[in-house]
Amino acid sequence: MGMRKAKRIHSVWFHVGACILGFFMIYPLLWLLASSFKSNTTMFTNTYSLIPVQWDISGNYGSGFEGVGGVPFLTFFWNSLLVTVVGTATCVVSSLFAAYALSRIRFRLSKFWFGCVMMTMMIPPQVMVVPQYIILKRMNLIDTETSLVLPWGFGTAFFIFLMVQFFRGIPRELDEAAEIDGCGKIGTLFRILIPIVKPAIVTSAIFAFYWIWQDFFQPLIFMSSTEKFTIPLALNMYLDPNSYNNYGGLFAMSVISLLPVILFFIIFQKQLVEGIATEGLKG
Amino acid sequence: MKMRVIMMKEKNSRGPGRKRYKPADNAAGYLMLAPWLVGFAFMWLAPALISVYYSFTDFNLLNSPKLIGFANYVRIFTADKTFYQALKVTFLYVLILVPLRLAFALFVAMLLNKNHKCLGLYRTFYYIPSIIGGSIAVSIVWKQLFGSRGVIMSLLEVFGIHQQTSFLGNPQTALGVIIVMGVWQFGSSMLIFLSALKQIPGSIYESAMVDGAKPARIFWKITLPLLTPTIFFNLILQIINGFRVFTESYVITNGGPLDSTLSYVLYLYRRAFTYFDMGYSCALAWILVAIIAVFTIVLFKTQKNWVYYEAGEN
Repeated sequence: MGMRKAKRIHSVWFHVGACILGFFMIYPLLWLLASSFKSNTTMFTNTYSLIPVQWDISGNYGSGFEGVGGVPFLTFFWNSLLVTVVGTATCVVSSLFAAYALSRIRFRLSKFWFGCVMMTMMIPPQVMVVPQYIILKRMNLIDTETSLVLPWGFGTAFFIFLMVQFFRGIPRELDEAAEIDGCGKIGTLFRILIPIVKPAIVTSAIFAFYWIWQDFFQPLIFMSSTEKFTIPLALNMYLDPNSYNNYGGLFAMSVISLLPVILFFIIFQKQLVEGIATEGLKG
Repeated sequence: MKMRVIMMKEKNSRGPGRKRYKPADNAAGYLMLAPWLVGFAFMWLAPALISVYYSFTDFNLLNSPKLIGFANYVRIFTADKTFYQALKVTFLYVLILVPLRLAFALFVAMLLNKNHKCLGLYRTFYYIPSIIGGSIAVSIVWKQLFGSRGVIMSLLEVFGIHQQTSFLGNPQTALGVIIVMGVWQFGSSMLIFLSALKQIPGSIYESAMVDGAKPARIFWKITLPLLTPTIFFNLILQIINGFRVFTESYVITNGGPLDSTLSYVLYLYRRAFTYFDMGYSCALAWILVAIIAVFTIVLFKTQKNWVYYEAGEN
């Protein structure tokens, strides 16, 4: 009996601690949401409070959606969506093909190319950004949506690695059987393997969506016309006190920028948590 | 076992002498790899070669690049105080953040690796900051939390403490705020630790308890050694990631106050796109690559001293 009681007390302490930590983890987000409801005049009275003194939802979101620099916010949203959807789709398909080639087909120099893939994982993309900028400028691609998709569209080492690991877990007899049945290499991939590696594809797609949606560095360098900006760049403009001085609008649009991410998270939570646990992906 | 049999078979079929590849396999392989190869040539190889060349030139986008030998590198190491400041900030950031984040992630993972109710819920809440951490919205929030009219200041007021400067306005504490933001995003490391912990068989703990081992001893002698492969993997990832820090430094403090949060990549960015000193920033970029390479190589070299791989593992 004593043991059981001690266990229960221990359990209570655990939940108290876990909830306090949970509150600290989530407080910045709750604060952002609450602040996007606060009127600009009361924004900085009891800043810490999560309950608005004076509500002004329509004012904040209305002025936020009006945009910045004469460009409505929905334009930024549309730009982001376009870049993210095209980038994610091309990135996942290219990565899948590369991973299939590197793990299931024995061809000349395949080991060497796999080494190159791993090497690109070690080098921060920021290092390449100056020469990339110069190349894209020569090709007249600077300040286009294409320039934002290009770094992703050819596949990314992370996803190639993830899918290679997944492919390696599938017995090769499966491919051999498919080939005996008359499937070519490409037929084998589409008919036999894609259904099996679907979890890896889904995980990659979710992470690609997150990374491209939140990408700030490359757009900052590649884009210059406001009407082509993605959301992160637009928010950066909202931050500039010279071009925009409206905290309510800034917070409201920050909330909007996080909405797709949170929504995705709620929908794909299980795959994400499992994906990261098994593959060790950085979120 | 199955995998090993297959591998043996492969080795035999290859036979002695040079490897033979079927032409059809070569064609299929290169066809499937083609998109990545194009990207590799266009986004990595060509930029890398160009960047090496530019790093030996004086180039500002308007003039044509003028070869100046090692002058950029010499200037960086001998005459550039800001370079050393950026280096110091980035090293401090990486060397404080990575151990803190991993330790915290491991601590929480150990707490969650028990049978309690609502574990899934806690896990979710702890993980959310990791997925949104890179977004500019979060940096905006952080700027407001710790800024001069921010949450922390208003809380201090409630407790009757009147501070002159905010934590972000103080060169002594500004980097600390950015590090705290990094620790806040411990969720993905936590998940990786959690799954590694679940793979440790319970029987090991049971026999240790039967032998009368105390929890602390079990942790140091059993749990931690078994986790070293995971820690190693995490360490490499986090260090590479840590050296890339940019958005936080750019959005929250713009490197200030007094360059106390000037990250290496932010400095590189300024050199390239504020001063248009392209050759110089390419040289900076290669120094960063060298630093990361040294860290990675040293970690790989030392892993046999502290990373414990189970004998049976493939």
